[in-house]
Amino acid sequence: MNLPSTFSGCSAGGEDWYELFSRGARDWLRHNEKLRRAVREKLPEVLGNAEMSGTDPGRTVRVPVRFLEHYRFRLREADEATGAGQGDVRPGDRLAQPGATGPGQDKGEGGDGEGGLQLVLELKVDDIVDWLWEELELPNLQPRAGATLDDEYQREGWSRRGVRSRLDRRRSMKESLKRRAVDPAGPAFTDEDLRFRQLVTRRQPATQAVVFFAMDVSSSMRDRDRQLAKTFFFWVVQGLRRQYSRLELVFVAHTVKAWEFPEAEFFQVRGSGGTVASSAFSLVSEIIAERYDPARYNVYFFYGSDGENFKDDHDAASAGLAGITALASFSGYVETPASEDRGLDTETAGLFREQADAGRPVDSYALTSSESVWAAIRAFFRQQAVAGAG
Amino acid sequence: MAAAIETYGRRIEELARAQGLDYFPVQFEEVPDSFMMEVAVYGLPVRMPHWSFGVRYIYQLIQHRMGHSRLFEVVFPGNPGRAYLARGNSLAENTLVVAHVLGHADFSRHNELFRRSQQEVGYRIVDQAADHARQIAAAIEEQGAARVEQVLDAALALEAHIDVFRGLRREAYPEFVAGQATSDDTFRQRFHQLPGDERAVAAAEPRRRAPLPPHPEKDLLWFIARYAPELEGWERDIFLAVREESFYFYPVFACQIMNEGWASYWHARLLREADFIPQHEYLDAIKAHSDVVRPHAADRQASLAINPYHLGFCMWESIMDNLGPQKAFEIRAQDDDFSFVRNYLTAELAEELKLFRYTASANGVVEVAERDINALRDAILAPKYNFGAPAVAVRGVDTDGTLHLAHDHASDGRGLDADRAARVLGYLQRVWRRPVRLETVDGRGEACVIDAPAA
Repeated sequence: MNLPSTFSGCSAGGEDWYELFSRGARDWLRHNEKLRRAVREKLPEVLGNAEMSGTDPGRTVRVPVRFLEHYRFRLREADEATGAGQGDVRPGDRLAQPGATGPGQDKGEGGDGEGGLQLVLELKVDDIVDWLWEELELPNLQPRAGATLDDEYQREGWSRRGVRSRLDRRRSMKESLKRRAVDPAGPAFTDEDLRFRQLVTRRQPATQAVVFFAMDVSSSMRDRDRQLAKTFFFWVVQGLRRQYSRLELVFVAHTVKAWEFPEAEFFQVRGSGGTVASSAFSLVSEIIAERYDPARYNVYFFYGSDGENFKDDHDAASAGLAGITALASFSGYVETPASEDRGLDTETAGLFREQADAGRPVDSYALTSSESVWAAIRAFFRQQAVAGAG
Repeated sequence: MAAAIETYGRRIEELARAQGLDYFPVQFEEVPDSFMMEVAVYGLPVRMPHWSFGVRYIYQLIQHRMGHSRLFEVVFPGNPGRAYLARGNSLAENTLVVAHVLGHADFSRHNELFRRSQQEVGYRIVDQAADHARQIAAAIEEQGAARVEQVLDAALALEAHIDVFRGLRREAYPEFVAGQATSDDTFRQRFHQLPGDERAVAAAEPRRRAPLPPHPEKDLLWFIARYAPELEGWERDIFLAVREESFYFYPVFACQIMNEGWASYWHARLLREADFIPQHEYLDAIKAHSDVVRPHAADRQASLAINPYHLGFCMWESIMDNLGPQKAFEIRAQDDDFSFVRNYLTAELAEELKLFRYTASANGVVEVAERDINALRDAILAPKYNFGAPAVAVRGVDTDGTLHLAHDHASDGRGLDADRAARVLGYLQRVWRRPVRLETVDGRGEACVIDAPAA
């Protein structure tokens, strides 16, 4: 019965069995994978704050998230909890609450607490757009051809003459091998072996676009409205980026007058006074005429507003908008209605409806909540995919 | 290192046996700190994979990095027992740890709850859990990780919902209400289950089908494994694997104060008698001892938790002094934390240890309550009832297969957290494959029904 205990140490090979299982790390990775998927499901809110103009393809957004909880049955929070403690106190003493972990030997359930830990997920914007595309089951888009053509250098074939920077080593080596197969005694390389990449110029359809974001910044637009519009704009840019190799953004804010702003300031701009949409429309038309020849640029125009516009401005706004939609590949209207039940039933929505009825590529979206942003983004992407595929 | 600890270990064992400790042999093994940490997270050296362990692992890792927790040893009862020593331990610490482990080994061999669990689960839980892990790895191969994870989500969420008193090995409920003359004639029973002329059978045998379950069933893991309408074999195996491990964990949970206290008492005592240890190492070991059993962090005036090592250690010292070793050995064999604290945490001892009960209101005010030994014992034991989980039982199964669970809110004092409960029901519904509902009470104490969220 009284067998002695055994002791084994760090030396012999028998102790390596557990090195095979790095279980904690494995399960942690699995958790992170699930977390990413969970984040995926509520992307629009999560990403509302990212900068939209960055062009670095590897750029990322950092999203603070909570650990996933594996749910168990638990009692609801008690109005008054009771517990046992230890220390130099007397009945009636009041104690400082948190950090109430016991001494060092706590083997407790590390898993269920908040513990003040927060995880920051880093997501690539490109990946996110991929997910969206996947989820919407959209076809891959071809670069949209513009009206005119750009000259672009492309590789084509090899030549025996060229500058050193275009030397194709692999190709040259091959030539050398071929020659030495015939003449094994020959030198390792001769000038005859060298091959250089050749470039030719090709005419390419223009794949650049300019996107105008115009927004009503009169006092009737609330912060929430701006946030919704910004989120929508962000995704529009991500979607368009897939179709155009070069994308320029122009931001226009207006009250009774209109101004162009850099992106960084655009969403902070706060104006007061009334709303005259035609001011923005005419500024956009001016900028197009000055800087973005519609023959070389695909023009996209988006306008965000709560739907109010001065009655007197109706004719001027209608004419101004018609001028833009005639040039633009697409025009979108984003309404953040004052009340949820009143979507796209406003003066401004009417202006855009006129254009749509006239057969111009125009669509309108009502944003009342982050879910509706999501719906609007889907609608926009679908619309673009259909147009891109057609 | 291994050689040195082996020499000291042998001497410690001699002392332990001379003092009357009696245990199955223990296999000691030195392992890296990372391994210790994982064992602390999983509860077993090799255990099934699940993402929730990953979260605990990170918490543990961070605590470890911040120096908040240090694990000297883990021990698994069995025959032989297994104990792992952290490679970072000094020789003095390891000497202490060996003594500590022998205390655990004695406890788990003789304590009633442990003995019952060991008999049921088997004496090689470490290997069994590794088998479960392999079996689940095979299921992942065959069924894909996503399906297996769904089953584990459900099974592990119910980890604490077993019925230790009905035991690990259980027979199915009788199908018919007892008392029928023919009910023990298995041939006739089976004959009548054959398809055929049902009217004739009904006329001949007016038997009443027993309700399912015949009584509120606390062992949710067993009930689902046994009665889920379309559970596949591999899914049932996962439920039963989780359940078996839960039966193993129960005594560890229900005897924590006693068991850790017993081990701490013995490591202190054996160390005092170990005159073969050089003076400086002895001091190191005593330092480690006082870290383990200190009541709370030194820089705090008071802690809102009680260190079970400290409480158990002090209680055993008092029992040894006042009631004698004979009685102490009896208590370690017969009691669990509930009877241990109720019977042997006296008002005098509680006062000497400066234990107190407090109330914490929702607005964050924590106030020390009046001294009352019974209320204090309740406060210590409250988190331990029912394996630390709310009392949820199967109430019945509808003809359409809906599973009805009921929460015994009266015994728990309040209702369930509705959001979490709904999520758990969501897990269950995926394995039960029929609707799952739960009755509890809401914040105002009114009855309410929770359904699984729509998939």
